[in-house]
Amino acid sequence: MKKSTIATAAVSAALALGLAACGGPTQTQTGGTGQQTGGQAAAQDAFNAANSGKVFNPSTKKGGTLKFANSGDWDSLDPANTYYGYAWNFGRLYYRTLTVYKTAPGAEGNEVVPDLAESLGKPSDGGKTYTYTLKQGLKFEDGTPITSKDVAYGVMRSFDKETFPNGPTYLNDLLDWPKDYKGPYKTPDMDVSSAIETPDDRTIVFHFKQPFASVDYLMQMSPTAPVPKAKDTGTKYREHVISSGPYMFEGEAPAGKNFALVRNPHWDPATDPNRPALPDRIEVSVNVEANDLDNRLINGDIHIDIAGSGMQPASLSKVLTDPALKARTDNPTLSRLWYVSIPTTVKPLDNIECRKAVMYAADLTGYQTAYGGPVNGGDIATNLLPPTIPGHKKIELYQTPGYKGDVEKAKQHLQACGQPNGFETNIAYRAERPKEKATAESLQQSLARVGIKLTLKPYPQGEYFAQYAGNPKFVRENNIGLAVNGWGSDWNDGYGFLQQIVDSRVIRETGGSSNISVRIPDVDKLLDQAASETDAAKREAIWSQIDQRVMEEAVVLPGVWAKSLLMRGKGLTNVFISDSQQMYDYVALGVAQP
Amino acid sequence: MITFIIRRLLASVLMLVIVSMVTFAIFFLVPRLVGATPETIATRYVGRTATAETVKDVASKLGFYDPFIVQYGRFLKGVVAGADYSTGPSVEYCAPPCFGYSFLTQRPVWPEILDRFPVTFSLAIGAALIWLLSGVAVGVLSALRKGSLFDRAAMGVALAGVSLPIFWTGLMSLVIFSYGLHITAPGGSYVPINVNPGQWAYSLLLPWITLALLFAAGYARLTRAGMLETMNEDYIRTARAKGLRERVVVTKHGLRGALTPIVTIFGLDLGLLLGGAVLTETAFSLPGLGRYAIQAITDNDLPKVMGVTMVAAFFVVMANLIVDVLYAVVDPRVRLG
Repeated sequence: MKKSTIATAAVSAALALGLAACGGPTQTQTGGTGQQTGGQAAAQDAFNAANSGKVFNPSTKKGGTLKFANSGDWDSLDPANTYYGYAWNFGRLYYRTLTVYKTAPGAEGNEVVPDLAESLGKPSDGGKTYTYTLKQGLKFEDGTPITSKDVAYGVMRSFDKETFPNGPTYLNDLLDWPKDYKGPYKTPDMDVSSAIETPDDRTIVFHFKQPFASVDYLMQMSPTAPVPKAKDTGTKYREHVISSGPYMFEGEAPAGKNFALVRNPHWDPATDPNRPALPDRIEVSVNVEANDLDNRLINGDIHIDIAGSGMQPASLSKVLTDPALKARTDNPTLSRLWYVSIPTTVKPLDNIECRKAVMYAADLTGYQTAYGGPVNGGDIATNLLPPTIPGHKKIELYQTPGYKGDVEKAKQHLQACGQPNGFETNIAYRAERPKEKATAESLQQSLARVGIKLTLKPYPQGEYFAQYAGNPKFVRENNIGLAVNGWGSDWNDGYGFLQQIVDSRVIRETGGSSNISVRIPDVDKLLDQAASETDAAKREAIWSQIDQRVMEEAVVLPGVWAKSLLMRGKGLTNVFISDSQQMYDYVALGVAQP
Repeated sequence: MITFIIRRLLASVLMLVIVSMVTFAIFFLVPRLVGATPETIATRYVGRTATAETVKDVASKLGFYDPFIVQYGRFLKGVVAGADYSTGPSVEYCAPPCFGYSFLTQRPVWPEILDRFPVTFSLAIGAALIWLLSGVAVGVLSALRKGSLFDRAAMGVALAGVSLPIFWTGLMSLVIFSYGLHITAPGGSYVPINVNPGQWAYSLLLPWITLALLFAAGYARLTRAGMLETMNEDYIRTARAKGLRERVVVTKHGLRGALTPIVTIFGLDLGLLLGGAVLTETAFSLPGLGRYAIQAITDNDLPKVMGVTMVAAFFVVMANLIVDVLYAVVDPRVRLG
């Protein structure tokens, strides 16, 4: 399979080169790993040349320095303590995990393949136990072998959320840890064999509380990166993570400081078909002023805006109106939904007819405009699952002409709700987010057409979920009938996208949950059913079924399936966007050589 | 005089304590007064899928369940005597002045502040020299040639310098001089002076000039006004009557008289900038204290906020102290106050 992929890539690349030589419009390649075996020629820029399954400027040529810039900073470079999508994308350069997303453009890049492991997980015990066997010849940057115990230790230390509060908690919640386990620092002698076993240096066994089907997705997340216990410095480890990937830190990388990665001499490419490792050196600038970052990207001073969340509003008008600049951009759809939660605990929205009135009255074109229009904002959403998630189906239960709302139908539902003249309620949004304010204002206008009077209630972003919109008591007491919300998937399948926003069991009375409005017992059952369904097609059908049920209950008003406008820096090679990252695949990138 | 300085020093220490209490109260007491619980505050410092148990553990680790006075006392103790912090596998001693460990990065704040201070110091000192020299020179020339084309042009530029926000002038100057003409360094290219002095100056040239433009404008207008007033004094006429050369009259007698308020304001401005030139550092992506403060506030990271606030307050208080002492030296009546 690997050979055929490379062959396909080589043929595609050769064709692309030929096209370029003949003056073809763009040098791109579809499918494959994005690598070509020949030399390189300058590719011609074109809008979306690295999007939708295409590879821009494919190359296998090694060397040069790849320059990233970040307008903020990592929550942590420690694989146990990071929760940014870009951090997981970038992290694959210096750590490896049991599985990994395939390095390929478009939908092919959403496939999970083995990384440290020889194969995907082998289920047993009805899907409650998964076994992985490590490849031979794996080494850390200091030349010591990577064993299954290093992987187990990485997972165990990530359990300690007092020390590593930022990282994902899926393995904490799903594995069958012993009662009172607090991680290897506080309970070093506790037997954890009920959750993880390492019978030999190459075998690791995970025991789950319940059957769980998406385990291979979980195992590509950063907490399964191996950590050598002898080199673990706890909270200081982030300053020099011991590399298991193709690059290692040059010196230390303290928070808030620029840093560089250099080649890891002990990384063996024979064990790692997913990382072409083209540049010799990778430099990262942090806390770069966001508008200046765009200017540096435009002028060729840096190659990539690492956050991958899109260009700043100030740059958009300049870039979109200049054909030469626009040709250097890509416009991917993200696994992110901007939406409005409609809590059923607030009167009169406890009545489904009133919620349906909201669904019909809303002008979704206004919602789209609030987020920046079709290019920078995204496509109008009709249901929850974004098109990039396997199992996505378009569900249009509340169709209105041109998505502008249907006043007549809305009024009929208001009548059925016993509120023929409309009603008053509040809409919450995050005060620091102008797009959410614009959304609230747009809905205020469109709902006013049927007599639903909204009062805008801005709340601070930092406490939005803990204290305000995500706090059920506050929502009830302050009549928060609508709450502007948004969610991006932790990993690109239905569970990764849906679980945190539709499972009623994640709602906490003390606040803090992203699920503000979905309390449907059927949905909880379907989630459990899908989580243990090992047949991917059946599982994906259940995700869509859940989506349908949530829409039927009208507890979520979908707004926009997000898109972003990304710019390719000058001189980049092997550039593509995969469905798993929804930004440039950082593992694949190279730089043109003079 | 010594009694005066000691009295002012004690007042400065008291001022720093008050600043720390107010900052601490804004961060902890105010949210509690409007209904925030220790858990809701701790939610800021956990991942987005954190369980209630994780939130409680983090709240407990950060000491949010303790009474306000206990939390504040712990902070003060750390500043004076240092504190022990767990890194997970080991315990680390944070030497005084220990402003605590970042809630987010869980690393000590003081070394981070020390690390960023040279950037802010480099920016402030370089810009201060430029604005002081250019501002005073332009002010003097404008005063001597009152109503001339130079005077009008200089005061016009000065007005623009004071009026334009540095965030705008910073980004525009980067676009023109760094990305258009390629004669200055791009944003975020700071090099420490001990690594390469030439690159250090090159990387800071544009921030120096941009920041200096803002202050020089004010100094030029202030110097001009002072000079116009001084040059009409009787002792200037006497100096001229004695037959002194005009250069001596202007520099030795006129400028000296006009400089007193300039020196006072210079001290305060420099003190303020040493605590972090927030907008300039942001516009030019300089990793100084100002940028650090912005990040700390954005992240709600109290130990960082406390650390950077205390350092900024220290410089402002010290600048005030020096100015007060200088006043006392210049004007004996102050000592009686």
